[in-house]
Amino acid sequence: MSTALLHTGSQERKALISKKKLLPYWLLAPGIVWLIIFFLVPIYQLISTSTQTQGNGIGTYVQTYRFANFIDAITSSKGQLFRSFEYAFLATTFALIISYPLAYAVAFKSGRWKNTLLVLVVAPFFCSFLLRTVAWEQILGEQGLVIKTLRVLHIIGAQGHLTATPFAVVAGLTYNFLPFMTLPLYASLERIDIRMMEASGDLYANAIATFRKVTLPLSLPGVVAGTLLTFIPAAGDYINAELLGNPGTKMIGNVIEARYLEIVDYPGAAALSLILMVSILILVMAYVKRSGTEELV
Amino acid sequence: MVGASFSVHGDLTLTNLTKNFGEFVAVNDLNLVIPEGSFFALLGPSGCGKTTTLRMVAGLEESSSGSIAIGTADITYEKPYRRPVNTVFQNYALFPHLSIYENVAFGLRRRGVKDVDAQVQKALELVELTHLAARKPNQLSGGQQQRIALARAIVNRPALLLLDEPLGALDLKLRRAMQIELKWIQTEVGITFVHVTHDQEEAMTMADTIAVMNEGEIEQMGSPADLYDNPRTSFVANFLGQSNLIMGSIIGGSGREKVVDIFGSKIALPVSRNHAHDSSVLLGIRPEKIRIAAAGSSMYGNILQGGVVSDASYIGVSTQYQVEMPWGQELMVFEQNDDGTPPLAKGDPVVISWEPIFTFGLPGDQDAGAGSEANPDSE
Repeated sequence: MSTALLHTGSQERKALISKKKLLPYWLLAPGIVWLIIFFLVPIYQLISTSTQTQGNGIGTYVQTYRFANFIDAITSSKGQLFRSFEYAFLATTFALIISYPLAYAVAFKSGRWKNTLLVLVVAPFFCSFLLRTVAWEQILGEQGLVIKTLRVLHIIGAQGHLTATPFAVVAGLTYNFLPFMTLPLYASLERIDIRMMEASGDLYANAIATFRKVTLPLSLPGVVAGTLLTFIPAAGDYINAELLGNPGTKMIGNVIEARYLEIVDYPGAAALSLILMVSILILVMAYVKRSGTEELV
Repeated sequence: MVGASFSVHGDLTLTNLTKNFGEFVAVNDLNLVIPEGSFFALLGPSGCGKTTTLRMVAGLEESSSGSIAIGTADITYEKPYRRPVNTVFQNYALFPHLSIYENVAFGLRRRGVKDVDAQVQKALELVELTHLAARKPNQLSGGQQQRIALARAIVNRPALLLLDEPLGALDLKLRRAMQIELKWIQTEVGITFVHVTHDQEEAMTMADTIAVMNEGEIEQMGSPADLYDNPRTSFVANFLGQSNLIMGSIIGGSGREKVVDIFGSKIALPVSRNHAHDSSVLLGIRPEKIRIAAAGSSMYGNILQGGVVSDASYIGVSTQYQVEMPWGQELMVFEQNDDGTPPLAKGDPVVISWEPIFTFGLPGDQDAGAGSEANPDSE
């Protein structure tokens, strides 16, 4: 082989290596472009809008770097903001209480019904979020079976109702986000080696101790993922409060919607959106740090 | 280690123990007494029912019928967490979310034992891993995890320690070292060890008594030397080491020795090693017991003439020969390379002989190949 040939060979190899180095970027490119167009640009606009003030005429705003917008937004809507977190917290708690036994049963006790049950968990997604919430309005409504039964049983008085109550809003939130809790829980429970439970029983732990000391800790990553996937969208939701609530159950999502679409107060809506995002981010970071999931398998 | 021991102790007795999985009989009417303080091995190929037996003793599997007792206490229907039994699981099953210390302390804490700290320290000292107490299981090597699994079980001072293929996941060198260590620990703590394995070498190295299991039943039970030198079935003869099994018929003999005719040669068989029911016998001899020499050499003991070397492999410490006999059968002969004579070559006519005492006789109706394909160590 001549030196010239060798030379070409090494050049080709260099070209090949640089091609290989570029490959990850090419693979990432569509995602990055997507994020720039649909996340970074809107976020920039949101931040920029949040400090604007009204110009000439309704719906026209100019940048004046008015940071007091945030203070105005908080003072006028802190009730709804806290209510959002309260409802989201309640919905997350109820979803966890309902989902854990469900996910446990699907993972360990369902046998040949496992796939059927999983399909049933996901089945609500075949119908739109809005429609399902409207359906809940019907179920809990004045003509529904639930309210009639409760009235017959005198659990609720003749004047009592279920719709347009905080209960209905939290129930709707719980229902709508249940699959987001169940699926990660199922995934983490299903991964647990059955021999861990056997070893626990072998080491003098009864069923309760085995659950507390082995199963529950090993499923914590699923609990954290499920609670985040439920809490975050629930805190920003406005459909459930809109359809199942009353003026006293308005959540922050409803306020933002009203400011944007009805009052046409873009800076106020943007400021509230940012406040919501940042507070969720802080809560989530504190939660993840506290639950210490990074140490789990 | 002091304290934390159980009031229940004694021999492990399995009576008519049976386990069916639907139509399949995994364990068939097993009767077994494992003496307190012994190192007992259940040896057999995969699917022979040894692990099922172990899981029934641990309480992880319910028996279909029969009973399990430790000393005088019947534990057949006892919940696993109430049995004075601990298990070293096949892949250790250490709790990944707990530190090594908490893994070892797990059983003590569940039972509300006092001075957990001192006992965990002692257990970790026993396996020489005190310095790893704060680590998580996935930060340990396979051999270290194995020792922790052992410490986690032993710390409870159970009446019975069950080991399910405990060394199966380790490489050969580590496995050898752990065999010696396990045996030493067993002697040290004095707990009854019941060890399940498919590795005959592992069973022979460690156990006082071995029960060879096949198809849900015990083929033979005894000390390693007893099983090796005096097997009762062709399965045992082939599963533990290698055997030459030759068809023959008993044609006479005295009270101490039978005379067996194999294709015209007269072979002496000690009566104590004859397990044939009638005159039809499978005559057995271990390959390393056979002497081999060029045809025409003078030989003594049991002698077979007319062989031809069909294959010779020199493997350092010994030479392994395949000798084709006049009746077409190939016999294995392992000859130590210790007498300075050059090894025989392929095609050489030879004569072979052995001490009559090493001969054993199996029932002639048994399959001469049984157990040989099940043994991973044999070719």
